Amino acid sequence: MYVAVKGGEKAIDNAHALMRTQRRGDSAIAELSVDQIRQQLPLAVDRIMNEGSVYDPELAALALKQASGDAVEAIFLLRAYRTTLPRFGYSEPLDTEQMQVERRISGTFKDLPGGQILGSTYDYTHRLLDFSLLASGEAEVAPKEANALSEALAAGNSCPRVLELLNKEGLIEQSRENGEGDQTPRDLTREPIDYPAERGVRLQNLIRGDEGFLLSLSYASMRGYGDSHPFSGEMRTGCVSVELVPEELGFPIEVGEVLLTESEMVNQFQGSKDHPPQFTRGYGIAFGRAERKAMSVALVERALRADELGEEVLYPTQDQEFVLPHTDCVSANGFVSHLKLPHYVDFQSELEMIRRLRKEQRAGDEGMIEKEQEADV
Amino acid sequence: MSTATGYNFAYLDEQSKRMIRRAILKGVAIPGYQVPFGGREMPLPHGWGTGGMQVTASVIGEADKLKVIDQGADDTTNAVSIRRFFAHTAGVETTEQTAEATLIQTRHRIPERPLKANQILIYQVPIPEPLRFIEPRESETRKMHALSEYGAMQVKLYEDVARFGHIATSYDYPVMVNNRYMMDPSPIPKFDNPKMSMMPALQLFGAGFEKRIYAVPPFTRVESLDFDDHPFEVQSWEEACAICGSDHSFLDEVITDDNGSKMFVCSDTDYCGDRVAQGFVGSAADLPIAEMETEQ
Repeated sequence: MYVAVKGGEKAIDNAHALMRTQRRGDSAIAELSVDQIRQQLPLAVDRIMNEGSVYDPELAALALKQASGDAVEAIFLLRAYRTTLPRFGYSEPLDTEQMQVERRISGTFKDLPGGQILGSTYDYTHRLLDFSLLASGEAEVAPKEANALSEALAAGNSCPRVLELLNKEGLIEQSRENGEGDQTPRDLTREPIDYPAERGVRLQNLIRGDEGFLLSLSYASMRGYGDSHPFSGEMRTGCVSVELVPEELGFPIEVGEVLLTESEMVNQFQGSKDHPPQFTRGYGIAFGRAERKAMSVALVERALRADELGEEVLYPTQDQEFVLPHTDCVSANGFVSHLKLPHYVDFQSELEMIRRLRKEQRAGDEGMIEKEQEADV
Repeated sequence: MSTATGYNFAYLDEQSKRMIRRAILKGVAIPGYQVPFGGREMPLPHGWGTGGMQVTASVIGEADKLKVIDQGADDTTNAVSIRRFFAHTAGVETTEQTAEATLIQTRHRIPERPLKANQILIYQVPIPEPLRFIEPRESETRKMHALSEYGAMQVKLYEDVARFGHIATSYDYPVMVNNRYMMDPSPIPKFDNPKMSMMPALQLFGAGFEKRIYAVPPFTRVESLDFDDHPFEVQSWEEACAICGSDHSFLDEVITDDNGSKMFVCSDTDYCGDRVAQGFVGSAADLPIAEMETEQ
């Protein structure tokens, strides 16, 4: 047993060599390339980018390969790389109205300016295993056909947001106060979070958050633990250009584009003494094609606004000190897995304590029995 | 000196180190107060010593000699891993000898050998908030600290006394620092608590994912919470170390066969080895297991 903790250095090296062999699998089968992962497992790559907080499909694919397909491990690898990157500056706010939309769904209006675009989706597929993929056959490829929206966008027209249509009528809350300018959000990877956290920080935290945990929280809030059962006002996916103002130029230049999924939820709100009834907003955005993530963020984000909207905070889904620190899969995984580390000393302390308490209780019981026996005599 | 290519000395960039050193200075100025800092993501998992590593990375210099222990031992796998990290990224000299080290990063123990004024002890802290299991909300516990409102902890300890006849906390035992802030000593056994008080060495505490740093400056009073009629007491063993015969150090219990036979050995491997070198022997000195230990 002492052997287990001695010679740690050699054991670590051997364990890592074994892991690399296991990752490679049967060497008679061709090795997976990072390009293949990037091209053929794009949804996994998108998740790594979202929770890794870096838009870099190539590095995300590399991380996924290095992590043997374990998403949480891959996210950790990407985060540990991200933390060493210098900051050049902050981009201008992205304008998602200018998105080159490839998919756009509204659950609130049958038709709307810009139209509904189904795009590429797993929705409505019958979940039947496609055995032709197993036989390494090629799947049917979609015919290339431009949609009306893309054409309109290419012509320089923007695609208005559904929620802005409601806003024109005053039916939904403003997303910002009159005259309120853009704010540079605080970066929670550089500054510690301070409770209560402002909305920008909360959103940032959620977008880095574990997709599964957020999905479950949104599910819970929809089932009554948080009173959030909204309409999906709009969900859109497409590329948006990123602009940066270099100090030496003083005007914005385009530095690239990112594929984003944006979700805007429309929630009920009863109104109060000062405010007439009005819909409220829940917002979510994510890198890549990540609808589940964007919608979950929007749902949880709205649930966390309970306090500021004067709703009663009754459930964990509405409590930011419960939700925010526990969404991070890297932290959660680290802390849960640290139980694998030795705790001999603490456990020894507990053993000593529990043995002493049991001994005292036994002695006490025996004392009682003696007393009873004396009383009987 | 060999350092990792592509990374700054001791991994973190100098700006981050400066930010962390500012937090440390504030911590030293307000003993026991938890200073929020911009904790960086580290290439080790949270809960595995990222807070301690960030503190070590920020105070380590080329001339330092680093010792890393986990459960008192230098060769537990995580201690090996962290020591290697700094040997690799900072190229500093490492040691297993408490007396030789200028920096000691530790998880769950304070070395048995008393520390000196030119040493810094850096604790890895998982949960820095002593009140966390009484009040999970940060916004509340901060108020409790600001107002020195520590009655809830006394009540918890009293409930132990009422239920078990003892304060049943055996590690992570809360302390008062400099008569002002209640502090979590990290999950060291309460056996080690008295060593914290009036220690000539600087004690720094880093909690990575909670993003908090705190400190106990040299020669600061650190008192373990107790009651007049239930004074604080440390663990004691009826056994002595099977290798070095010590009857006054913290002992780990080792199960030696399928019938649950056990022996006790020092958790501080350097201390145990020193005693063996000085000629002390324990009851198991003739067993092969003890020879393995002394070979180190």
